[in-house]
Amino acid sequence: MGSATGEAAAHGAKPANRRGQGLTWVPAALAAAIFAALWPAMPPVAGGEVLRWGAAWVPSLGVNFSVLVDGLSLTFALLISGIGALVMLFAAKYMEGKYHSGRFALYLFLFMLAMLGVVLADNLLTLFVFWELTSITSYLLIGFGHADAKSRRSALQALLVTGMGGLALLAGFILIYTVVGSFDLAVVLASGDVLRESPLYLPILVLVLAGAFTKSAQFPLHFWLPNAMAAPTPVSAYLHSATMVKAGVFLLARLHPALAGTDVWLWSLTLFGGVTAVFASVMALRQTDLKQALAYTTLMALGTLVLFLADGTSSYAITGFMAFLVTHSLYKAALFLVVGTVDHGTGTRDARILGGLARAMPVTAFAAALAGLSMAGLPPFVGFIAKEVLYKGAGELALGTIVTAFALASNALMFAVAGIVCLRPFWGRPRGETPVKPHEGPWQMLAGPVVLSVLGLAFGLMPWLKQQILVSPGVDAVLGRDGEARDLRLWAGVNLALILSLVTFALGIVLYAAHVTLRDGLNRLGTHLPSLDAGWDRFLDGLKALAAWQTRILQSGRLVNYMAVTFVTLLAGLVAALIATGPGPIVLEMPYLLVKEWGIALLVLAGTGVVVSTNSRITALAGLGVVGVGVALIFITYGAPDVAITQLLVEVLVVVLVALAILKLPSLEPETGRRRWFDAALALGIGGAVTAIMLMVLEVPIDRRLSDYFEVTSWPEAFGRNIVNVILVDFRALDTFGEIAVVAVAGIAALALLKTKIAPTKEEDAR
Amino acid sequence: MEQILAILIGVLVAASVWLMLSRNVVRFLFGLVLISNAANLVIFTGGRLTLGAPPLIDEGAEAPPALVANALPQALVLTAIVIGFGLLAFALALVFRAYTALGTVDSDEMRLAEPPEGEEGAAPASRRATTPHLAREAAE
Repeated sequence: MGSATGEAAAHGAKPANRRGQGLTWVPAALAAAIFAALWPAMPPVAGGEVLRWGAAWVPSLGVNFSVLVDGLSLTFALLISGIGALVMLFAAKYMEGKYHSGRFALYLFLFMLAMLGVVLADNLLTLFVFWELTSITSYLLIGFGHADAKSRRSALQALLVTGMGGLALLAGFILIYTVVGSFDLAVVLASGDVLRESPLYLPILVLVLAGAFTKSAQFPLHFWLPNAMAAPTPVSAYLHSATMVKAGVFLLARLHPALAGTDVWLWSLTLFGGVTAVFASVMALRQTDLKQALAYTTLMALGTLVLFLADGTSSYAITGFMAFLVTHSLYKAALFLVVGTVDHGTGTRDARILGGLARAMPVTAFAAALAGLSMAGLPPFVGFIAKEVLYKGAGELALGTIVTAFALASNALMFAVAGIVCLRPFWGRPRGETPVKPHEGPWQMLAGPVVLSVLGLAFGLMPWLKQQILVSPGVDAVLGRDGEARDLRLWAGVNLALILSLVTFALGIVLYAAHVTLRDGLNRLGTHLPSLDAGWDRFLDGLKALAAWQTRILQSGRLVNYMAVTFVTLLAGLVAALIATGPGPIVLEMPYLLVKEWGIALLVLAGTGVVVSTNSRITALAGLGVVGVGVALIFITYGAPDVAITQLLVEVLVVVLVALAILKLPSLEPETGRRRWFDAALALGIGGAVTAIMLMVLEVPIDRRLSDYFEVTSWPEAFGRNIVNVILVDFRALDTFGEIAVVAVAGIAALALLKTKIAPTKEEDAR
Repeated sequence: MEQILAILIGVLVAASVWLMLSRNVVRFLFGLVLISNAANLVIFTGGRLTLGAPPLIDEGAEAPPALVANALPQALVLTAIVIGFGLLAFALALVFRAYTALGTVDSDEMRLAEPPEGEEGAAPASRRATTPHLAREAAE
């Protein structure tokens, strides 16, 4: 990972924008204020209350801007605003004096608001809007170092992957709406049985999972997350460990009461979550860049969280889920900030160089040690408790053995990674020269890691505190029942979970001791495996090639091809309409007609035949005239004298105009090089389809309400005896005005075309 | 008669599609005239036919007699005829203008905007010879 060094240098390359530097503390203060404002909601929510507040937003679509504060959303909201305040404090110092640091703070703050919107939304569409906003702000933040091509690529990749997931999610939400008839979460969550029995359940589940899995970077759509580490470290700490990537997990937890409890849910979450967890922990071991290693452990955590949502009913699993969620947010945000401080203090994040930093950076080392012990799952840290409950929950699940195996493997690997990231850089001897002489960070950068890691220890020693305020209300909300949460205990006696923990530690120590050898082996293996990241590039290239191909076919530059494409599309539309309506009972009757009616029909037919078949301009013109007059005769025969008069007048004008122009145009030649069969088939197809549709229309009784209205109101209201004229100049006068305008514009345009001098073409310029 | 007209409309549409698929833009224009007529007939026939009873209100009456032709499609067709005429007049001017500028009525040779691949920007040599004003200038 060549970018392990000098990220800070890259962002600071341009001259600093000094404006507003004194206000860098504002976002952090605002975030802290939000945290403080949410705090009073704690006692009632912990007591089982659900707070709702809402206002109509787009009432016609059933979209309300409404807020739902229950155990799950409050836990998330507190994490988002609390960690947000610490990260923004850190960022203010980290980005100090760097290019566009004010803009960076704005993006980060916008992201926090969007994320709060996601977790507090009480309406699926509101949730979706905020969901997309998190994708967009994440794009801005990942691509913040926009001078670097790698940043831009990573930002776009994250946006496209999560954006595609977002579209799937929207489709899923709309399907949910068609089943339950509301976007309101209260209704949706109460309609679990209806949803599960609906024939649309499977499509809904697939679409919602697509959205959640892309957002939470589940295998095989995980590759954007490690790439997203191109962002400045505060972004990684905030978006890509503690909050945004948890949005997918949040969504699964939120919709748990509505969608969970089926075999498809169970298997898909178990497999995706489990594979992601193990795969990511192995990948984490491979990394030498501390930030990349943390990125993969985040993937592992996300996989584990998904794994524990798989079961529909187990309260142990959900308690484990909530406990691990909180624990992970605390230690992972702390560790990212630690890595940021190390990067800031030494100029590198390369695990092969760093060592013995504890002497120069004691506070950072302290925070790293606390967070690392929590991550490794050692007692008395909160990570230990979370792991115990996870194992306990795993044993209880429907797919207990599989889940336990996944959890054991990934926890042991996590233990090893914790050692690599949190202990090795700080203890022992320096392993190489760092670009900058190691020095401790300022207090703003240390506050976050210290507060978060100490909280990890405090929650470990006082598990009931975490239980009451963060875990139990969340468990109730996920399960949709009260009082189900299992107790979090530091010491639960000797049981299977404890034995599994001991096995984990043993395995972890072995892995840690052997990790350098393992890393080399894995790297050799890794070069042979197909890379999904490269696959993504191939996918994009393929998409571009497809676009180029279809453009070449459809946009050939030949007018006849454009016409053919247009007509083929028209034919497809007409046939689709015919099929959708179903073949009606069309009875063709041989009508009893007057001689003049037959005459008119034959006249039009003959005229058409002449126009099509002749190669003489004048004959064709005569044919056109015959058709026009024939149509006028049809109008006059069936009670439309006004229309007939207009038709005759226009027809005369057309013939005169065309005759004037046509004499200056070359004579028609017999057509050569024409796709006769194709054109004929297309023409006959469209003609036949139009006739078929007309015949079907004629089978249906006509709705004369509008005509009746005009007939009875024409005289009493508009004082006209010619109903057609009254419609034109009174009831629909504006239409007529528009029509006059169109003709005027056409006339002016035609005049302009004919009057302007011929502009010199390229050949003339060349001469 | 409605069914006869439905078939007649199909014939008109087929003829105009055939003409509009031609490379000769004059034939395309003929197709445009025919398809306008066909569209007008679709609207008119869709409102059903009533033989010889125009939608007029007699002197002294409040409403027309019980059975008169449907007035609504007639009003629509009237508008459509005029708009169709505007469209045709403009298209005719365009064809005429294209001919005077490019010296051809073959749409395959009108490739200034989208030249065939391999001759970006360069007009085919044949066109230079057939373009009247260019030939004229060359003669001067």
